[in-house]
Amino acid sequence: MSLLGHLSLWLAFLVGLWGAITGFVGGAQHRPDLQQSARNATFALFGALLVAVISLEIAIFRHDFSLQYVAGRTSRNLPTFYLWSALYSGQEGSLLFWAAVLSLFGALTQLFTSRRHRAYLPYVAAITSLVATFFVSVMLFAPANPFQRAAFTPLDGSGMNPQLQNPGMVFHPPMLYLGYISITIPFAFAMAALLTKKLDADWLVAVRKWTIVSWLFLSIGLLIGMWWAYVELGWGGYWAWDPVENAALLPWLVMTAFLHSVMVQEKRGMLKKWNLALVLGAWLLSIFGTFLTRSGVIASVHSFTQSPVGYFFLAFLVVAAIACAIVYIKRLPLLEAESTLESVVSREASFLFNNLLLIGLAFSVLWGTLYPIISEWVQGVKVTYGPPTFNFVNIPLGLVLLFLTGIGPLIAWRRASTTNLRRQFAVPVTVGVFMLLILLVAGMRELGALLAFSIGAFVFGTVFQEFARGARARHRQYGESTGFAVLQLLSRNRRRYGGYIVHIAIVLLFVGFAGMAFKTETEATLRPGESAELRGSDGHLYTFTHLGISQYNALNRQVTAALLDVRRDGKDIGRLRTEKRQHVDALGNPTFEPSTEVGIMSGLRVDLYVVLAGLVNGTEQAVFRFTINPLVWWVWFGGFVLVIGGLIVLWPGGVVVAVKGSKASPAQAGYAVKLEAER
Amino acid sequence: MTAGTKFALGAVLIVGSVGYLMASGIKQTGQYFLTPSELAQRVSADPSFYDLGLKVGARVVPGTVSKETATQTLRFNITDGTVNYPVIFKGLPPDTFTDSVEVVVEGRLQKDGVIHATNVLAKCGSRYEAVPKA
Repeated sequence: MSLLGHLSLWLAFLVGLWGAITGFVGGAQHRPDLQQSARNATFALFGALLVAVISLEIAIFRHDFSLQYVAGRTSRNLPTFYLWSALYSGQEGSLLFWAAVLSLFGALTQLFTSRRHRAYLPYVAAITSLVATFFVSVMLFAPANPFQRAAFTPLDGSGMNPQLQNPGMVFHPPMLYLGYISITIPFAFAMAALLTKKLDADWLVAVRKWTIVSWLFLSIGLLIGMWWAYVELGWGGYWAWDPVENAALLPWLVMTAFLHSVMVQEKRGMLKKWNLALVLGAWLLSIFGTFLTRSGVIASVHSFTQSPVGYFFLAFLVVAAIACAIVYIKRLPLLEAESTLESVVSREASFLFNNLLLIGLAFSVLWGTLYPIISEWVQGVKVTYGPPTFNFVNIPLGLVLLFLTGIGPLIAWRRASTTNLRRQFAVPVTVGVFMLLILLVAGMRELGALLAFSIGAFVFGTVFQEFARGARARHRQYGESTGFAVLQLLSRNRRRYGGYIVHIAIVLLFVGFAGMAFKTETEATLRPGESAELRGSDGHLYTFTHLGISQYNALNRQVTAALLDVRRDGKDIGRLRTEKRQHVDALGNPTFEPSTEVGIMSGLRVDLYVVLAGLVNGTEQAVFRFTINPLVWWVWFGGFVLVIGGLIVLWPGGVVVAVKGSKASPAQAGYAVKLEAER
Repeated sequence: MTAGTKFALGAVLIVGSVGYLMASGIKQTGQYFLTPSELAQRVSADPSFYDLGLKVGARVVPGTVSKETATQTLRFNITDGTVNYPVIFKGLPPDTFTDSVEVVVEGRLQKDGVIHATNVLAKCGSRYEAVPKA
């Protein structure tokens, strides 16, 4: 099997190169035969990589420990569920997974791109093949070959890191990868548009849909990653500004910026240069992020072992950035704006400010991630840019951005009149101010949280008002009931109302983030029967009583579990269980360091979060850390709403309104957003 | 004033505040990241370097770890091969903390020559891959 896998990697390498060459040459010389060949190459590339993936999975499931990769990542007693994720739990396998998924996207793009975007396809084929070939070449030449044979075949593998043995880890990497990898498709279209000089409104349509796809996958990946960090790592939070988290956030921010600024180009024919730069930038950042993760340049919880793979990525990044810059600069004359900004009190301007903030955020995150390296170069001493610094910079920026989330959708295009402003903002602003007053009276004094909650209320007010007005209009015109009218709004105008739902999700996420300002924490050493008390920010007093320790063996681990009785203001609300796990191999020898299973009781207002830190000298006396995290539930709920909103935007169909290039008629605020949908 | 100029003013305001936030953020919350040798050098060059928030990256000296579970106090020494610093930490060490692991200690060096840590991170380059058996 491993020979077949190895051979198919070589085949993929050659086919990918062929696809890249025929695509570029066929596109440049308008040769249909070569273009067809490039298209076929994307299918063959996917076929070859699929065979490689299947070979590796078979080796994993057969416990073929003659392969270094299989021996180093799995063991005989690893639960079957995690044998699947072993495919991408290590450097080599994840490179293969990456290349395979990219080739799948490449092939799908060739199959499903609508007729009117055909002109871009040869170049798109060339670029997706080229990028996938790069990943294959890393496996073959770095080398990071998943089919590398071990010097000898061990009886059992060394097992999977226990922290990866969590359901979140089965879904988080593929989702994140899907997002990360699919950025290549809008990038390929943007490059194709630059190379073919077909830079009219057409390419935007193709790019926008694909950008939403990868934005959505990336969002899901980030959210599952946050959830995993929260339930598995046991430090009580879900976001630590770790370099690799940042690496995934960077393209997300840039794509979010693009999804907004693209509307300005559609409506007003402005920002063409900016939009192209965002698409190219998002992709370069995704490669940069991959480089960060895989090179070990920056210490991170995610980093793989330091390896020559990093140099490959660095070289690729540099070459790609130069190539992008050359093509982009050459085509700048074709990207002149068709109209100018008429007023700063307009939707264009508010989207521009939104873009600046998003890019500012991205820049500060990038700067902070690289700061240890930069400061070492410049000052000769490493200065860290830790979570406090990130929060210091990004919380204010995030709050202003949240505010613009409310402004953008309601303000008129071109120039907003005073009447327009009063009509659109009277109610939402009242809602926001009202929320602020309530919180102040309730005694809240945390500035960041106060702003987050009241701006959130304002944004919620704007979205609610939009739905209410839309539904009322439909009710008047068609006599639909309110509920049905809302559904009709959603289904007939997916992009706009789906977008509003995403905005609601962002508000919910901010509410959850702001909740963390009120977390309370205590540590205690308890004998069975003893209790610890902790007051949550919801005002209740929680009592945790240590009931006892039980120790037993499970499939691949020795478990030490502590059971706690939980009372809220003296009333029993249930039990919590937290574990220390020592993973073992098939012979019962310990592998890895012990890991912690967090006990979590999740609620709308607070999460009770308990970590068993250890036992005192092997007795039942145990050390616990108790944390009460307010509003964390709303982060997950907000994430769920975000995905729903994204899916609504993405769902094919809806009302088809022909878009007239960029010569759009002046639109009335809020109402006449034309949906540009493709056939 | 044209709309373009007004917008440029707004843009400058945003870019300026991002820059300002970043600069003052680093000034207020950034921490030195040093090796024990660098720390020793700094301290001997500038005696006011004590009681300053910093991070020290080093290796735990095998055999120096003493854990007092009841008071949750952890004592150990760290070294980079040349200079050795004792560390005292009250709290829960991470799961990956052991004797001889690479650590990042966050805290303050006090006049007594001991680093009073507020946080201990165990660093391990191959964290998600099995430790090769020697």
